[in-house]
Amino acid sequence: MELITPGLGLIFWMTLAFLFLVFVLGKFAWKPILQMLKERETSIHEALNAANQAREEMKQLKFSNEQLLQEAKNERDALLNEARKVRDRLLEEARIKAGEEASRIVEAAKASINNEKMAAMTELKNQIAESSLTLAKFILKRELTDPRKQEEYVQELIKEIKFN
Amino acid sequence: MTASGSYMPALRFLTLSLIFGVLLVCRSFASVQDQTSLVPASDSVFEHPGKSEGHASGKFNAGEMIMEHVVDNHEWHVAEIGSMHLTIPLPVILLYDGKLFTFCSSRFHNEAHSYMGFKLEQEGPHKGKIVRAGQDEHPVAGSPAVYDFSITKIVLAILMSSLLLVLVFVSVARAYTRNRDKAPSGLQSLLEPLIIFIRDDIAKSSIGEKKYEKFMPFLLTVFFFVFFNNLFGLIPFFPGGANVTGNIAVTLVLAVFTFIITTINGNKHYWVDIINTPGVPWWLKFPVPLMPVVEIIGIITKPFVLMIRLFANITAGHIIVLGFISLIFIFGEMNAAIGYGVSVFSVAFMIFMNLLELLVAFIQAYVFTLLSALYFGLATIEPEHH
Repeated sequence: MELITPGLGLIFWMTLAFLFLVFVLGKFAWKPILQMLKERETSIHEALNAANQAREEMKQLKFSNEQLLQEAKNERDALLNEARKVRDRLLEEARIKAGEEASRIVEAAKASINNEKMAAMTELKNQIAESSLTLAKFILKRELTDPRKQEEYVQELIKEIKFN
Repeated sequence: MTASGSYMPALRFLTLSLIFGVLLVCRSFASVQDQTSLVPASDSVFEHPGKSEGHASGKFNAGEMIMEHVVDNHEWHVAEIGSMHLTIPLPVILLYDGKLFTFCSSRFHNEAHSYMGFKLEQEGPHKGKIVRAGQDEHPVAGSPAVYDFSITKIVLAILMSSLLLVLVFVSVARAYTRNRDKAPSGLQSLLEPLIIFIRDDIAKSSIGEKKYEKFMPFLLTVFFFVFFNNLFGLIPFFPGGANVTGNIAVTLVLAVFTFIITTINGNKHYWVDIINTPGVPWWLKFPVPLMPVVEIIGIITKPFVLMIRLFANITAGHIIVLGFISLIFIFGEMNAAIGYGVSVFSVAFMIFMNLLELLVAFIQAYVFTLLSALYFGLATIEPEHH
């Protein structure tokens, strides 16, 4: 039966043709095609991975941005608070200092007035003393013209010295 | 780019020159046409009394007509226009007694069907075979055999489909290198799903991620060779129509390739499992090595089944379609009206069968490739480490 009897020539040519096909297609078709398919798949895979990573990074970035903003806000608030405190303190200090200065000036003025007053009083006393002496000298000059009276007066002075 | 671009015209030239070369091996193609190809049918009846184109020998013989269409031939009958037979004669290459004889198959178109002492048998068990003239039925003992290496119809069909495969896939490969980072287009996008299907669903799943790459060239070539030739077999006129994958020699060669690759790649585990099959009672292996024998027979039956399955499926499909055609002529011989009536159903069933065959063309290519891959997987599987 020819149908199920493999022909020798056909086996020969088929083997030759099939070997030729396997080698030619293997070298010029399957190798580049499979390589390209693999390359494409890896590139798609990488691209997807990269996109995921980018998304993750974006999330991270957004988060950190927010955090940064929050921190900046906090810092600003803290700075403002600090500044306010400093201002208050400075004002307070200035007020205290001003008060002190004022009282110091008043004190100094009082002291100086006192001094001046004392000086003026001393001057006045001296003046009065000098005038009194001059007056006394005139009186004495007049009264001691009489020798008796002179004697009397000396006696009186001696008495006075004795008491001292 | 330039390097790959330069060999395409060369490849096209090669294809054309090969096809024409095969045809021109017949030294006198033109004169052959005068002699035989365009002879009136009545003359050809006179010249080949045994050669029945079904109706040529008077009574229509369905079995003979179907067989003639299914088996190989030394010439390619293209068409019959009116009383003219349009036949492509093919080169005959014979090795006899250490000598090579080449001539055109149209040389056999004479009364004795013989040329240079060789005879093309017209009937009997060797019908269609070339034998030494004068000893056709009972070869003389000790006389050298005739080895027929002719470019027959099926060989020519194999060569043409091979070149088409090369053209198609080399151009697809070029498309891949050209559109490196682009989406596939045209032929590339048509064939890419098939290539990926074979890689992922056949090779990777049967052989495994690690070892499948080595077998890809064979698996892809087998798949597309079988698939393309199955489809060409469905085309009823010239470039197609040859029953390539329904020829046992073709499927034999494919199965032998699977067998050789399986055997070469079989690892220690594979052979140990054959000699000492695990999970089988010891008395099946010793003293009578029943299981080893069964396993060794199994090595042979696996590719044998591959061979038979593809051959039988494709040939059966062709026979059924031809059977439906025969019905028209059988009934037409009884009565022309019945013939016309039957033709309606016959044609309807033929269309149905052809659609079914389209499916079978893919399924058989798939099954052959899948089973080959499974056998490779069995041969290369690593023992499980517990």
